[in-house]
Amino acid sequence: MSILSNRPQKSGIRRFGLLIIALLLLAFSLAGCGAKQEAAADKGKPAAKEPVTLLNVSYDPTRELYKEFNDAFAKQWKEKTGQTVTIKQSHGGSGKQARSVIEGLEADVVTLALSDDIDELHKAGLIPADWQKRLANNSTPYTSTIVFLVRKGNPKNIKDWDDLIRPDVSVITPNPKTSGGARWNHLAAWGYALKQNNNDEGKAKEFLAKIYKNVPVLDTGARGSTTTFVERGIGDVLLAWENEALLATIELGKDKFDIVAPSVSILAEPPVSVVDKGVDKKGTREVANAYLQYLYSDQGQEIAAKNFYRPRNETIAKKYANQFPKLSLFTIDELLGGWGQAGKKHFGDGGIFDQIYTPKK
Amino acid sequence: MLSKSFAIKKHSILPGFGLTMGFTLLYLGILVLLPLATIFIKTAGIGWAQLWSIATEPRLVASYKLSFGASLIAAGINAVFGLLVAWVLVRYTFPGKRIIDGLVDLPFALPTAVAGITLTTLYAQNGWLGKYFELLGIKIAFSPIGVVVALTFIGLPFVVRMVQPVLQTLDNEVEEAAACLGANRFQTFTKVIFPELLPSLLTGFALAFARALGEYGSVVFISGNMPMRTEITPLLIMIKLEQYDYAGASTVAAVMLIVSFVLLFLINLLQWWSSNRRTLN
Repeated sequence: MSILSNRPQKSGIRRFGLLIIALLLLAFSLAGCGAKQEAAADKGKPAAKEPVTLLNVSYDPTRELYKEFNDAFAKQWKEKTGQTVTIKQSHGGSGKQARSVIEGLEADVVTLALSDDIDELHKAGLIPADWQKRLANNSTPYTSTIVFLVRKGNPKNIKDWDDLIRPDVSVITPNPKTSGGARWNHLAAWGYALKQNNNDEGKAKEFLAKIYKNVPVLDTGARGSTTTFVERGIGDVLLAWENEALLATIELGKDKFDIVAPSVSILAEPPVSVVDKGVDKKGTREVANAYLQYLYSDQGQEIAAKNFYRPRNETIAKKYANQFPKLSLFTIDELLGGWGQAGKKHFGDGGIFDQIYTPKK
Repeated sequence: MLSKSFAIKKHSILPGFGLTMGFTLLYLGILVLLPLATIFIKTAGIGWAQLWSIATEPRLVASYKLSFGASLIAAGINAVFGLLVAWVLVRYTFPGKRIIDGLVDLPFALPTAVAGITLTTLYAQNGWLGKYFELLGIKIAFSPIGVVVALTFIGLPFVVRMVQPVLQTLDNEVEEAAACLGANRFQTFTKVIFPELLPSLLTGFALAFARALGEYGSVVFISGNMPMRTEITPLLIMIKLEQYDYAGASTVAAVMLIVSFVLLFLINLLQWWSSNRRTLN
């Protein structure tokens, strides 16, 4: 403030002006309070057979999937119960979304990238500890994996993880500290290196360090990295969610990019959960539960497959088998005993990612 | 000082000082002081030793260097070229002057993310400008230079808008007098005009600098976010939040707050000194 006080003149007129501004601000802020109260009064409506609104808080790449799924669910729910349901979507980085919910965003369901992020909701007292057991397949109705997106014709002849450490290859991946997708990338490479080196963690770390040495840019999110690779033409290979890679090849033209499936990769399991505290407050538990269960129905699984997520349902998976390259997948539980440990060990302060980037003392 | 402020209260012809003063304090308290206090309260939960070890992590120190260094450089560039722009806008008339005058404010209005994406597109290896720099072997996007470019972009209006009104109120007569007394144009500028502009220029510099320090949206796109090299401090705060490490994030925030407060205080002193010296002369 004091920087601004050295202005040339201070006249009475100016002071009067300030008074007016102050009064206006006061008036506005009071008006603002009034509006808020009205909005709050609106929310107390009973949810019984009246139209109901759900909020699905999700992460970035599921935008297209849930757009289609929401319409299908709303239609089905209307036929079954006569109730109109509107589903709102919120997208962003997975961790950021979890934090918004913890800090008071009134979500009915969360569909995030990592179970670690949903565990944080449990720590904040919003959902019970056993949330992941409430739905089939660890509450993961669809899965994905990490594949390579390369330029058309694969000019650098990239076939597997080993090619990523070649000095002439430039790799694009987001920053695992800010992006859930990047954590899957990181762990997929880690798992491959462990398998190659008889579970020698020191060697796996060296392998990862070599990959990161070839990374010229670490964007903050998966979509940012896709832009860097696709639009700016930087890098020879993009580590990406399979669904993002398939979307990129289809949306941006098949003549520009190829998908390369490495020999081994990680089974990425993005989980879903009802937010108990939110639905109990709004009285929407029944419809929220039905919403998530519908993800497991034939139609839900079809929509997931159409949006390039691997369905859990065997029959539907078979139907879309051509779409998904066959590769050997390991789960995070096999590899590291679950997210709780993996998160801390790799991405916490002083974890493996930090060690790779901090100069050795 | 005290008696003077009392005098204002007693004899001011305008009513309502008590009310507006109370409002001002409340308003600033809720909007500025309370949030800032929360940062320190959150930080206070951890001991000194741990606080120090968080604040001096090598990765953070590297980001301080980049954030403060790039902000200083950007504010410096803005001080020089902002003065030039203000000078042209005040002293010359040319067609389209109003439009150019309006363009100056654009960095204010533009969402910073848009600025960041646009600048990155321009300066990336295959961008319109970036490919020519690439030929010269200079990498702009995804390097510290890119950070400076983004910070310069968002800081420009501050200097121009601070200097412009002062230039406008400068009397022509003073310059004429200087000329009559035998000063050449260069002397007139350095001895007569520039000292007059210096306080506002410093203010513009300080504002541009402060703005650059806090900038996040436009920088994350162009910097490339490489640990130890092109990570800005606000990004590390975001990273800590992403790990649900609220104490760590507020520690870094508190460090930034203290350092920028000290720097702004110094700039204020400098400004006070320069305007004081002028009146003494």
